Amino acid sequence: MHGYDLIVIGGGPAGLAAALAARAGGLREILIVERDIELGGILNQCIHAGFGLEYFKEELTGPEYAGRFIRLLRETDIEVALDSMVVEITPELLVRVIGRDGERTLAAKSIILATGCRERARGPLGIAGTRPAGVITAGTAQRYVNIEGYMPGKCVVILGSGDVGLIMARRLTLEGAKVLACVEIMPKAGGLPRNIVQCLYDYKIPLYLSHCITEICGEKRVEQVRVARVDENRKPIAGSEFAIACDTVLLSVGLIPENELAQAAGIGIDGENIETATPGVFVCGNALHVHDIVDKVTAEAQRAGAAAAAYVKNGGAS
Amino acid sequence: MFDVCIIGCGIVGAAVAYELSRYDLSVAVIEKENDVATGSTKANSAIIHAGYDPEPGSLMARLNVEGNRLAASFCDSLDVPHMHCGALVLAFSEREAATLAQLLQRGRENGVPDLRILPRDEVLEIEPALSGEVVAALYAPTAMIVDPWQYTLALAETAVRNGCSLHLETAVTGIEPSPLGYLLQTSQGFIETRTLINAAGLYADDIHNMVAPPAFHVQPARGEYWLLDKSEGQRVSRVIFQCPSDAGKGVLVAPTVHGNLIVGPNSAPSEGRNDVSTTAQGLHFVRETARKSVPGLDFSANIRNFSGNRAATEHSDFIITEPRPGFIDLAGIKSPGLSAAPAIAKLAVSMLEKGGLALHEKQNFIDMRKKAPPSGRVVCRCETVTEGELRAALHAPIPPRSVDSVKRRCGAGMGRCQGGFCAPRVVDLLAEHYNCKPTDVLQDGRGSHILVSETKRGLCTDTI
Amino acid sequence: METICTVCPKSCNLSVDDRGAVTGNLCPRGETYGRNERLHPVRVLSSTVRVSGAIHHRCPVKTNFPIPKNEIFDAMRLLDDIELIAPVLEGAEVVGPWVTTREMAGA
Repeated sequence: MHGYDLIVIGGGPAGLAAALAARAGGLREILIVERDIELGGILNQCIHAGFGLEYFKEELTGPEYAGRFIRLLRETDIEVALDSMVVEITPELLVRVIGRDGERTLAAKSIILATGCRERARGPLGIAGTRPAGVITAGTAQRYVNIEGYMPGKCVVILGSGDVGLIMARRLTLEGAKVLACVEIMPKAGGLPRNIVQCLYDYKIPLYLSHCITEICGEKRVEQVRVARVDENRKPIAGSEFAIACDTVLLSVGLIPENELAQAAGIGIDGENIETATPGVFVCGNALHVHDIVDKVTAEAQRAGAAAAAYVKNGGAS
Repeated sequence: MFDVCIIGCGIVGAAVAYELSRYDLSVAVIEKENDVATGSTKANSAIIHAGYDPEPGSLMARLNVEGNRLAASFCDSLDVPHMHCGALVLAFSEREAATLAQLLQRGRENGVPDLRILPRDEVLEIEPALSGEVVAALYAPTAMIVDPWQYTLALAETAVRNGCSLHLETAVTGIEPSPLGYLLQTSQGFIETRTLINAAGLYADDIHNMVAPPAFHVQPARGEYWLLDKSEGQRVSRVIFQCPSDAGKGVLVAPTVHGNLIVGPNSAPSEGRNDVSTTAQGLHFVRETARKSVPGLDFSANIRNFSGNRAATEHSDFIITEPRPGFIDLAGIKSPGLSAAPAIAKLAVSMLEKGGLALHEKQNFIDMRKKAPPSGRVVCRCETVTEGELRAALHAPIPPRSVDSVKRRCGAGMGRCQGGFCAPRVVDLLAEHYNCKPTDVLQDGRGSHILVSETKRGLCTDTI
Repeated sequence: METICTVCPKSCNLSVDDRGAVTGNLCPRGETYGRNERLHPVRVLSSTVRVSGAIHHRCPVKTNFPIPKNEIFDAMRLLDDIELIAPVLEGAEVVGPWVTTREMAGA
């Protein structure tokens, strides 16, 4: 069985920076496994500017930020397996990968989990009502709009004020949709203030703080949502309800580290440290905890890459 | 001209089609939706009941116990996800313990095998997550869990593979007697048939009334559910019921064949037969009632709420009658309808035979089905579903026409992220397969478009 | 007027008077931002444009410089009928103020 010095799982900002740092730290045989058909991860769909102010001291778009690392990677002989999904890792540092050509199991001296995060869907919110088409997470909508070139709706209500939701409020407006409201259950917006200003205020999109969606209505496609003010316990206040007619509900209600691979292998992640409970397995980026800006992901991933390099060069004792 | 037309392709219609496809007959199934099992069959507790609950002597009692036995064999031969997990009915008081004794007695009369009452300690030993308040439980080892949707698809697919024709998106709008049987007026034209099976579920009274004087009225009762993530899937290993009351079998907690945990249902009158909404009160009731059985349930691990309508009527038993020669009602098939379906089908076929339908067994009846193995890249990361499985489904006897149809067949989009990652890829595959635009791809039924237009002035040029 | 500085994630709360004098900023960039916001607000805009022959049907673009806020929708209209042909380089001029923000190889 072929053995890599390092297998990096995920080719987004965390995986790219980690692999480059591990190479700088002296590791030779490095493989990045990426499930999409290209490197860059979620940055590819984050076409807005606002990335890189800390790391590059200039304002870049997501694709530009990713592009800088992808070009650096090209100058190395770091291997990349695209369109390939890691379906299992083991505490013995075996990595089972399914790609277009089938399944293979690879051995590694170290592993970096850079699998990013996923969006919280409708389920955990327990919103009552029907289950029509037109309820979609902000990130999925972002992919449809920015990568595939399709609009998920014409009249949109955004639930939650996370950054992706705010960014999509502006993006959908620019592409001709009407964004009717952004509904946030907390008394304070979740996203960065710059996004509140540039994505909501610039386009006169009302932000309803301390409000929630109590019901989603519509048989085939969303027809309306019912919105209510909430009390200090985040419970809807009786009599405060009103309806907004819309065809789409965009969910921007939180991101969850995607660390099921480690979980399934019984590899503990504490949400803070790049070292996992299993020697030789490291984790960084949004798979460790959700970061508000990508520059911090890069810095953390570089530490993870360096740590993996040190671990392997010390013959497995970090 | 068909020998038999079946109206409705839920579990009952599919089971009848499967049973009839054993014989040299021309059989058609007429379904108004764009997929099988879109009504009551899609949204229920997914339990094959043991059969201790129905009144002895009723159709429900007899067909449930027989159906349970048949289900076990069909699930094996037709590759339907299922698990022989057994069920516990919990008693929390001496009065409820007395009810258990009645259920045990009733079950034995109904012919349910291996029923017994377990004392408190034994119950808590095999199900440690249960409330310590439990005093005893009835144990029914023959209860099963199943994927009701796959079960229906497996029966319908096998029927189609054996020559039965399935007409999706075909609504029956009128029925006239004809010289040889019945003439069906549908949204897709006329269909003539010698005999007719009414398996229209929530709409069975409408269909009945097209043929015979009114005899029953469907009174849908809605049940709401929580479906929890796999992180909660191991919480219990058996179907956990509370003692039944007049309101029904009550709120259950059960593992699902996909490794999730299902919690529900309540029972509330429905505002309409299409009304499968959930309510804050209903979900709250289910959650709090379930905690009585399993106090540690973590509802923040919820991945989906849903509700379904029971096709109940004013009659307490199933309605299996022949109000006009060659027209058979299979109506009021509420719980334990999923369990009883294969036995209902056998009964219906024997009624047709008595009415003069000649049954000659096919020489080459295919009674085997195997789902496609994983191959190619992974499309759904949460459930590890591959492109090969999706493409195989698209070339199966009843191919999916929507994203949710793909989900029900292959599991893509069923997991934690609920399709956030794979839906765009599934949309692409469907658009490619049907040679249509992504904007034509449906989430589920007619009119449930996912995408409304292209970007770049798409909204302006689109027909608004 | 009161506004929030959007130059960096520190998000200073700025007060700007009618003559463009700024208070509340932690750095000089905030002063420029605040004055501009009051006197002639500008935005860097990003969007996409059609592309053929690449792995996706859209290529991301941005305005190469901040454009006046009241010209945002006019700038968007410029992109409606453009179609790039892969390969596309990063930073390539598209139309008006728009440049591409990623390279896209030809298929």
